[in-house]
Amino acid sequence: MTDTSFTPTTQPGDWASDQEVRWCPGCGDYSILTALRMLMPSLGTEPRNTVFVSGIGCAARFPYYMNTYGVHGIHGRAPAIATGLAMARPDLDVWVIGGDGDMLSIGGNHLIHALRRNVKIKLLLFNNQIYGLTKGQFSPTSEIGKVTKSSPMGSLDAPFNPLAVALGAEASFVARTHDMDRQHMMDTFRRAHAHDGAAFVEVFQNCNVFNDGAFEGVTKKQNRDANLIPLSDGEPIRFGADGEFGVIDEAGCARVVHTADVSSDELLVHDESKHDPSTAFMLARLARGPFEPTPIGVFRAVRRSEYAMATTRQLAAAQQQQGSADIAQMLRSRGTWFV
Amino acid sequence: MTDTATRELPLQEIDEVIIRFAGDSGDGMQLTGDQFTSISAALGNDLSTLPEFPAEIRAPQGTLAGVSAFQVRISDFEITTPGDAPTVLVAMNPAALKAQLHNLAQGGALIVNTDAFNERNLEKAGYASNPLDDGTLDDFRTYPVPMSQITRDAVAEHGVKPRDAERSKNFFALGLISWMYTRPVEPTLEFINTKFRGRTQVIDANTSAFKAGYNFGETAEIFEAHYEVKPAPLAPGEYTNVNGNTALAWGCIVAGQLARLPVFLGSYPITPASDILHEMSLKKNFGVRTFQAEDEIAAAASAVGAAFGGALAFTSTSGPGLALKGETLSLAVSLELPLVVLDIQRGGPSTGLPTKPEQADLMMAMYGRHSESPLPVVAPRSPADCFDIAIEACRIALKYRTPVIVLSDGYLANSSEPWLLPEVSSLPDIGVEFATEFNGTNEDGDGIFLPYLRDPETLARPWAIPGTPELMHRVGGIEKEDGTGNISYEPENHQLMIDLRQAKVEGVDVPDVEVAGDVDADLAVLGWGSTWGAIDAAAGRLREAGFAVAHVHLRHLHPLPANLGDVLQRYRAVVCPEMNKGQLCDIVRAKYLIDVEHIGKIDGVPFTTGEVTDAVRSRLEALSTV
Ligand SMILES: Cc1ncc(C[n+]2csc(CCOP(=O)(O)OP(=O)(O)O)c2C)c(N)n1
Ligand code: SF4
Ligand SMILES: [Mg+2]
Repeated sequence: MTDTSFTPTTQPGDWASDQEVRWCPGCGDYSILTALRMLMPSLGTEPRNTVFVSGIGCAARFPYYMNTYGVHGIHGRAPAIATGLAMARPDLDVWVIGGDGDMLSIGGNHLIHALRRNVKIKLLLFNNQIYGLTKGQFSPTSEIGKVTKSSPMGSLDAPFNPLAVALGAEASFVARTHDMDRQHMMDTFRRAHAHDGAAFVEVFQNCNVFNDGAFEGVTKKQNRDANLIPLSDGEPIRFGADGEFGVIDEAGCARVVHTADVSSDELLVHDESKHDPSTAFMLARLARGPFEPTPIGVFRAVRRSEYAMATTRQLAAAQQQQGSADIAQMLRSRGTWFV
Repeated sequence: MTDTATRELPLQEIDEVIIRFAGDSGDGMQLTGDQFTSISAALGNDLSTLPEFPAEIRAPQGTLAGVSAFQVRISDFEITTPGDAPTVLVAMNPAALKAQLHNLAQGGALIVNTDAFNERNLEKAGYASNPLDDGTLDDFRTYPVPMSQITRDAVAEHGVKPRDAERSKNFFALGLISWMYTRPVEPTLEFINTKFRGRTQVIDANTSAFKAGYNFGETAEIFEAHYEVKPAPLAPGEYTNVNGNTALAWGCIVAGQLARLPVFLGSYPITPASDILHEMSLKKNFGVRTFQAEDEIAAAASAVGAAFGGALAFTSTSGPGLALKGETLSLAVSLELPLVVLDIQRGGPSTGLPTKPEQADLMMAMYGRHSESPLPVVAPRSPADCFDIAIEACRIALKYRTPVIVLSDGYLANSSEPWLLPEVSSLPDIGVEFATEFNGTNEDGDGIFLPYLRDPETLARPWAIPGTPELMHRVGGIEKEDGTGNISYEPENHQLMIDLRQAKVEGVDVPDVEVAGDVDADLAVLGWGSTWGAIDAAAGRLREAGFAVAHVHLRHLHPLPANLGDVLQRYRAVVCPEMNKGQLCDIVRAKYLIDVEHIGKIDGVPFTTGEVTDAVRSRLEALSTV
């Protein structure tokens, strides 16, 4: 959906910093980086107006590799750092990059609050269902029973479903993509960028060192037809090589069916802009994990008041009501007397 | 109301009075005290106030836990404290009497609302018998006044519901005290009119109650005299009455103007710091953006983000919040961005005494972060000084690109004093330049931006904000290469960066400390923060008693003034009163090997002048016998 009349002023190379990329060879983070670098020239922004903010983790090294402004912060706090930045500078394009531990464990609180406030930042969660940087402990998205160094007998913790968390926090934009499909990533990130509010994107990302193949069941080429459900706004939800599968709403639960078994108007028609998030929630919970049919694409994109601009409007209103800054007047506002 | 002809009571001139209004938290004692303060300020008295709030918002009525008090001292000479013991106590109920009587000076005047001394209230306050007639009050001049009844009678004509009628009794008390100390009535009548604008019945009721109180004093024949406190010889000029939190908030806002930067405050509510968030939130017309974050970590982190974007960023909190911000402050130390942290200290550990002051966060401010994370620390010495210290903290933060911690406390936060307003034009310009151009070249001779190339004099790094063409760069918490700011794990580089960050903070331009009082004394009293007033007053008393005492007060705690070691070495003895277990003592001992003696008190109540006087006097006497 590239605007053909638009002539980019930058090339993907202009968005690459001079720093050597230091992820493990084969890591899914590389393809996400490439997708973003390739996307940026077409967004109509400049490197100088773009900031990447991150926490800590493998994913969080991302800002160093972009030739933009960047803050590599502390573990979990990137959404809060980005919120302050976006409030102080609504003119900037602010992206937040983090892992599943970063954004859902130590920083889970900041994530949900950034989403509910709807501050204009783009949050990309690189979900590899593992703690990569600390060498392979189970994460808040790891499946129950995951055997890792810190869970030798299998983890007991029920995982978060990142999209369900985001929807529960009233996120106005919620999407999912994966590191094996550059075009889908670029399309999804472009949508996130265009969204006027907090945009949350879960990216299935392979950690080939500590959790290799975690998403293979859905992202590997030969599995995609059967197990990826591409969401397309306004279209009935169908998938499979010949569209032989579909999704219906069965008493409030999404269920996969053979299209042959149902009449075509029974299929759920995807509606991103539906204000009630329950359909998006039901779709987010359709798959129990990345081994059965899993929707990807934009789950929800609704308009809500954007936080930084709302703040700016309050400042303007206050100036109207109280007059502009006057120090002498403020210091006298509680009454004075002369000696 | 007694209807005797107006009596000519003697008018006695006194040099000061310390009044404490005490009642149930619903009784409006803070309002009463505030208003008495305003009238006295307008009359030209010097003054100092100390409110005391219960920790619970709505403690059960009539209980000790629900007592709210307000102490105000007015004088015809310059003062620096709200006074040790009140000489007048107004007790609105038995709980207030029970909670506050021990504070009242021997022979002090006690004005009690006798109507509240019924069995139920006596029991709630824990009195087995009625203190009004069991001899408890024998040491005081007690004036029993049926305040509730007279108030009810006075407001009856306005058709106020019986349940609400008594609510005006604080204005009765204010009227009575206004009469006792010959305060004019007009300002309070005006105040009632503006405060309760649009609520005619409330205005009428409060006005009648106030007048009834005033007239009661004149006609009731229970008072022997009324009093006058003449104006104090304050420097001429325009004054306002300001408490520490307001002054601090204003200082932050003004600093933004002086630096020509937009102000950002990230904060999470906590007593006694919340009023800073409230006050700054009211000043959106100054372009101030306030952000009530989800927790203290997010509050600090949002401020870091705003600072990266080019704002003058603040985060305000109290001890528990400062603990949470620790890791984020280390990030700010590493990113070398300006950031001002306001810590309004309160009693701890843990929730401790949230409404009471303490000075026990000094070590946390100095060292309470992982690894070597040095940052400047400053502390205001009085409510009005909070304004200046905020500007000073911003000056340092901006000039050196560093987080700075301001250590105020719950005492400064809520107590107030007259403040001679500064000329706006006399305030310093604390503006700094953003980087806009390359500051280096690469091997090919092309211009590049080096985000960690330091100013040779201040060691500050350039501050290039997003949006600036060509200067795109990344900052992060991983150790950075000197100059380029690129990730570096090199041993020598880490040592260098640790040393540079330390040297930068040690090199902050701090003014030399000045000695107040008797420079040539044998003993110096060293202090920081809110103890200044009590120490200053104690030194004055000791001087009157014939002792020589030097007073050395620190507004900069890190780095310390360059001359501090030399100054303190001159004295045979150095004592240091602190509301902690000796934290400044330890710092000064470690740095200068001077045997500073600790005078401690951590009971949630600020040092009284008497306590400091006695402690210093005994040390002085010991010195003179050796
Ligand atoms: C306060 C703090 N606690 C713990 C760590 C250690 N730590 C660094 S990254 C990380 C988890 C990384 O996992 P994730 O966020 O999923 O990112 P990934 O490496 O998988 O991309 C942890 C626990 C830290 N850096 N800071
Ligand atoms: S540990 Fe895993 S996530 Fe981290 S860089 Fe290596 S492959 Fe990528
Ligand atoms: Mg991970």
